[in-house]
Amino acid sequence: MTDIALTTAHSPSRNWGRIALRWLLFTLLGLFALFYLMPLFVMVTTSLKSLEEIRTGSLVAFPREVTFEAWRTAWSGACTGIQCEGLRPYFWNSVILAIPAVLISTILGALNGYVIAQWKFKGANLIFSLMLFGCFIPFQVVLLPMARTLGIMGIAGTIPGLIFVHVIYGIGFTTLFFRNYYVTIPQELVKAAKVDGAGFFRIFWSIFLPLSLPIIVVTVIWQFTQIWNDFLFGVSFSQAGTQPVTVALNNIVNSTTGVKEYNVDMAAAIIAALPTLLVYVVAGKYFIRGLTAGSVKG
Amino acid sequence: MTPILDIKNLYKNYGSVEILKDINVAIEPGDFLVLVGPSGCGKSTLLNCIAGLEPITAGTIDIGGRDMTEVSPKDRDIAMVFQSYALYPTMSVAKNITFGMKVRGVDQATQEKKLNEVAQQLQIEPLLQRRPGQLSGGQRQRVAMGRALVRDPKLFLFDEPLSNLDAKLRVEMRSEIKKLHQNLNATMVYVTHDQIEAMTLATKIVVLKGGIVQQIGSPAEIYNKPANLFVADFMGSPAMNLIPARAKANGSGTKIEIERAGAAPLVLTDTHAKDLPEDVILGLRPEDIAEAGFRAGEDVQEADCLIDMVEPAGADTYVVSQLGGKQVTARLHAETNARSGETLPLAFDLSKVSYFAPESGKRLN
Repeated sequence: MTDIALTTAHSPSRNWGRIALRWLLFTLLGLFALFYLMPLFVMVTTSLKSLEEIRTGSLVAFPREVTFEAWRTAWSGACTGIQCEGLRPYFWNSVILAIPAVLISTILGALNGYVIAQWKFKGANLIFSLMLFGCFIPFQVVLLPMARTLGIMGIAGTIPGLIFVHVIYGIGFTTLFFRNYYVTIPQELVKAAKVDGAGFFRIFWSIFLPLSLPIIVVTVIWQFTQIWNDFLFGVSFSQAGTQPVTVALNNIVNSTTGVKEYNVDMAAAIIAALPTLLVYVVAGKYFIRGLTAGSVKG
Repeated sequence: MTPILDIKNLYKNYGSVEILKDINVAIEPGDFLVLVGPSGCGKSTLLNCIAGLEPITAGTIDIGGRDMTEVSPKDRDIAMVFQSYALYPTMSVAKNITFGMKVRGVDQATQEKKLNEVAQQLQIEPLLQRRPGQLSGGQRQRVAMGRALVRDPKLFLFDEPLSNLDAKLRVEMRSEIKKLHQNLNATMVYVTHDQIEAMTLATKIVVLKGGIVQQIGSPAEIYNKPANLFVADFMGSPAMNLIPARAKANGSGTKIEIERAGAAPLVLTDTHAKDLPEDVILGLRPEDIAEAGFRAGEDVQEADCLIDMVEPAGADTYVVSQLGGKQVTARLHAETNARSGETLPLAFDLSKVSYFAPESGKRLN
C-alpha cells in the first residue's frame, strides 16, 4: 500500500518535468529550423515582389502582390553582360555538362573501386592512395596544367572540355566511395563466381552492380552537387556560349547597371539551386543509407 | 587407376614467406580427402591452389589425369563450397544455382532439369524463389551445396563448410555430406580444423602444420599410429596422453619407467618394443587406459594409480591421474567406483601404445 502511495505521489511532478523538457526541446529545435529557413524565406518572398515593393517594404515581409515577373526575367530575359537571354541557355549548358560528367565519373569510379577492392594486384594500394591524394588537391592548383591539357587536346572552352575536367577531378572521390563499399563484400563471392566460370566484367555486371544501388545514389548525389555547383572550373574553362549556370548567375548579379534588381537575382539564384535541391529530395533518404551501408552487413 | 587429383612437389610463397612446402598428395576417384590442421597451417591455401584461385610457386597439380597447373578455375572441372557460402546476394536461390550453367551457355531446358534434380535431392524446392538473405544458415549451406552439385564435377572442394553452423546443425550436415559422398560416389576434398569432422568424413586425411604435411593416411592410421607428437596431440578428443618415460631393454622387450610424484615409479613391460632410446614419450589414448579387470589381452598391464579428479560424461567417466608430471586421462565405464583422492588399479593396453622421440617428436615404433 505504501508503495502505491509513494509512486502516485511522485509521478505527477516527474511527468511534468518530462513534458516541460520535451517542450523546451521542441521549441529550441523549432527556433533553429526557423533560423535556417530564414534566408530561403527571404529569397522566395523577394523573388515574388515587384521592384517597387522591395524598395518600400520590409525585407522579411510577405509580398503584398505576388508577381512572377522576376522569375520570367531571370529565366529568359536577364542580361549577362551584353546578351539578355536570362539563365535558360546556361541552365541547359549545365544540364548537358553535368549529366554525362556524373555518369562517366560514376561508372569509372565503380570499375576502379571494383578492381582495387576485389582484384588485388601489385601496387593496388599505391594507386588507391594516389587517387585519394587527388581528392585533396585544391582546385586552384590544377587550373594552369588543366588549361594546357585542354588546349593540347583541342577541347578548350567547350562543354566536352568541362566534362573532361569534372570527370578527372571526380574520379578520386567516386573511386573512394566504390572501393570502400566493395571492400566490405567478401572476396569469396568473386572466387565462387570464378569457379562458376564468370569473367571480370560478368562478375561486375551480374553480382557487384546489382548490389551497388545505395553507393551509386551517394556517388550520383555527390558528383551532381559538385559539378552543378562548380564555379571555378566553369569560369576558367568556358567561353561565351558554353558557360554553366553558376557563371551566368554571377554575371546576372554582377552586370546589372542602375537599379539592382534583387527580385531577379533571387529568382535566378533559386533556379540555379533547384536541381541539386531536387536531387536531395528525391534521393536523400538513400544518401544516409548509402553512407552507412558499408558498416552494417545484411 | 590414375589418381583423380595428383599434387606433386607443390610450393606456395607469398613474397618471401613460404606458406606451403613440398606438398605431395594423390587421391583415387571416390576418395574423400580431408585437409586438417590448426588455423594458419595453409590448408585453405592448398584448397585454393587446387581450385586455381591462387597461383602456385612450384610443382604441378593434375586433375583427372590432365595437368591443370596453369588452367583457370572454370576449366578445371571442379565445384567449390565456401565457408561463408558466397551466395550471390541479389539473385534468387534458383538463379544462384543456375548461374554457372548460364555463364557456360547451357540451354534453358537443361538448366531447368538440373535445377529441379538438385533441388529435390537437397530438399530446397520451396526455397527456390527466395533470396539468400531470407534463408537460415542451414538453408544457405544447402543452396551452396546445390550450386556445387549442378556442375557434376570431377572434384568437389569444401572450404570449412560447416564452421558457421551451430553444433547441432553441424552434426546433421556432416552426416548429410557423408551420405552425399556415398550416394554420388563423388571425389571430395574437404578442409576443416575440426578433427572430429576429419575422422568421421575422410577416407584419407592429410594433417598439415606450418605448411608442411605431417602425415597422410586413413583415419585409422592417423588415429592409431600418429607419425609424430603433433598429430598425436591434434587428432582425438580428449587428446592422447603423452607421458615422459624412461625405456630400458629387458630381454626381448622393454621396461618402461614413469616417474610419479610422491610414489614409486610406475613400471610397465612392453614385450614388443625394441631399440628404444632411453628417453621416450609414451603415447596412450584415454580409451586404452581402463579400470583393471575391464580390459583383457596379453599386452594389458595393471598398476595402482592415485586419482586426482573424476569427470562423469554420461556414457563414460574420465579420471585424471598424475604420471610423469603430466595429467593423464583414462576413459572408464560409466559405473566406475573411482573417487578422487583414492587409488584405483588401472589397466594400460600396451598393444595400442605409441613411442615418440622427445626432441624430434618423431614416432619410434
